[in-house]
Amino acid sequence: MTSTTYPVLDNKDTRSGFGAGLLEAGKKNDQVVALCADLTGSLKMDAFAKQFPERFVQVGVAEANMMGIAAGLTIGGKIPFTGTFANFSTGRVYDQIRQSIAYAGKNVKICASHAGLTLGEDGATHQILEDIGLMKMLPGMTVIVPCDYNQTKAATIAIAEHEGPVYLRFGRPKWPVFTAADRPFTIGKADVMSEGSDVTIFACGHLVWKAVKAVEELATQGISAELINVHTIKPLDEEAVLKSVYKTGCAVSCEEHNMIGGLGESIASVLTRRLPKPLELVAVQDSFGESGTPDQLLKKYGLDTPDVVAAAKKVMARK
Amino acid sequence: MTRAASVADIPQLEKICSQVRRDIVRMVHAVQSGHPGGSLGCTEFFTALYFNVLKHDAQVFDMDGRGQDIFFLSNGHISPVFYSVLARSGYFPVAELATFRKLNTRLQGHPTTHEGLPGVRMASGSLGQGLSVGIGAALAKKLNGDKQLVYTLHGDGELQEGQIWEAAMFAAAKKVDNLISTIDSNGRQIDGDTDKVLPLGDLDAKWRAFGWDVLHMNGNDMTDVLRGLADAKGRTGKGKPVMIIMRTEMGQGVDFMVGSHEWHGIAPNDEQLAKALGQLPETLGDY
Repeated sequence: MTSTTYPVLDNKDTRSGFGAGLLEAGKKNDQVVALCADLTGSLKMDAFAKQFPERFVQVGVAEANMMGIAAGLTIGGKIPFTGTFANFSTGRVYDQIRQSIAYAGKNVKICASHAGLTLGEDGATHQILEDIGLMKMLPGMTVIVPCDYNQTKAATIAIAEHEGPVYLRFGRPKWPVFTAADRPFTIGKADVMSEGSDVTIFACGHLVWKAVKAVEELATQGISAELINVHTIKPLDEEAVLKSVYKTGCAVSCEEHNMIGGLGESIASVLTRRLPKPLELVAVQDSFGESGTPDQLLKKYGLDTPDVVAAAKKVMARK
Repeated sequence: MTRAASVADIPQLEKICSQVRRDIVRMVHAVQSGHPGGSLGCTEFFTALYFNVLKHDAQVFDMDGRGQDIFFLSNGHISPVFYSVLARSGYFPVAELATFRKLNTRLQGHPTTHEGLPGVRMASGSLGQGLSVGIGAALAKKLNGDKQLVYTLHGDGELQEGQIWEAAMFAAAKKVDNLISTIDSNGRQIDGDTDKVLPLGDLDAKWRAFGWDVLHMNGNDMTDVLRGLADAKGRTGKGKPVMIIMRTEMGQGVDFMVGSHEWHGIAPNDEQLAKALGQLPETLGDY
């Protein structure tokens, strides 16, 4: 499934991909239930709630209770999807997730919107940049960060069929849709978006699009970059990471997350243990965010296409 | 479907209680850790539940518990009484009680599903989470058309956790009326009397104000425990969740432990163990 170019097919928010995927998962399996903490519209869960009112639980502004109820619903065979903002899906309820879901091994799908800086104007209270780290540290937790509408929809359908706790992270803004609706999605299998020989770019979430544009820019400068969409942060597709970096000899990671605890750190761990090669991290440099438009924030915090291009050149020089 | 023995005979239930209390003090003594106080206080409740009230099947335990009543222990630190009653009602061999809190045991310090111990459906220990879990399981029963009930137990100190009140508001608002929750109202917590640490106020009025059907029972009187649990069951299915405020004495059954928070999380020494066992006749055989 490699290609050299990815035309923009549409412009849609990843949270709408979640909403569409949830509706489809609900149609496929009547054990799927959904819970929301007063953000049904924001999470695009309206269609599910309307079609399956008896399988939709409005919890109110009580995220801790929502996580516990979701854990309890699995006892009786339900497949609960919780929906709220990423900050309230993780940091606010970490102990509930840790004990009642992760340690207890419950089949809960924690679905989190408005993650990262691209939440925009609401500012740092809502722009969680630590959630990937929080969730990947929990034993048994699968962590998925899809890149666009189509992949978020595919991931939502896929996690309904996966046994075990999952954290699914997506976002608020309209964003280019550039993966085909029928592109295969397999949990834990990294997606090679384009092949190259000089440098590997690993990306997740919204930054996959920034990396697509960076690959195009690098090509005009005679640099052959390989782009790998690491939609599953955990379990990490270590073989895909190693295979690519063995070929290119260096790598860049890109994510809308703190450099501590995110995708870059997971890639660094693999490379350090199994294939020591230079790596540069395009990520937030251990700070909180702030108010602004998504574009302004990505530029200010060094997560834009030119930052990916610069990191690629820098890491190639370290080979 | 076979069922765990239902023992309606009160003297027989009291004999089981005596053995359960022996198990509790012996388990805690053996590893010099664990929580005897609350365990001893809740012995009648657990014994009544597992030997008389619950519709359950220890022989074919599965996580979903469809067609069965299910119980969640929210104040997981009183695991000794939970483990003893689970073993004595047939969920796992009584001999396994000797592994309590030891390396590689299924009887972890706080109950968990992680090691696959039959009878346990949720990890607990970090307080305040079990009411939400019970609500979720009760909602699943409603979705499945399952008429059996969900029971939860909570410490009174645990009510200081905010999540309890999120769950309290939800259960009443959503008419989760297939749920019977019980508060172990012993008035003690780790740092002392609840009235000194953080007074709980009028619990009866609080739960009623949240929309629950509230009743009271004496948790250390088997006759009253059976009456209270039957009363609670009769109140289910009427649009309200049911709360039993159960008065108990921490350390009940052992004279030097009773009524003091000091034995919340302290193990007896050899001499204290002998003294305690002298007050608790061996009725079913020690493990």
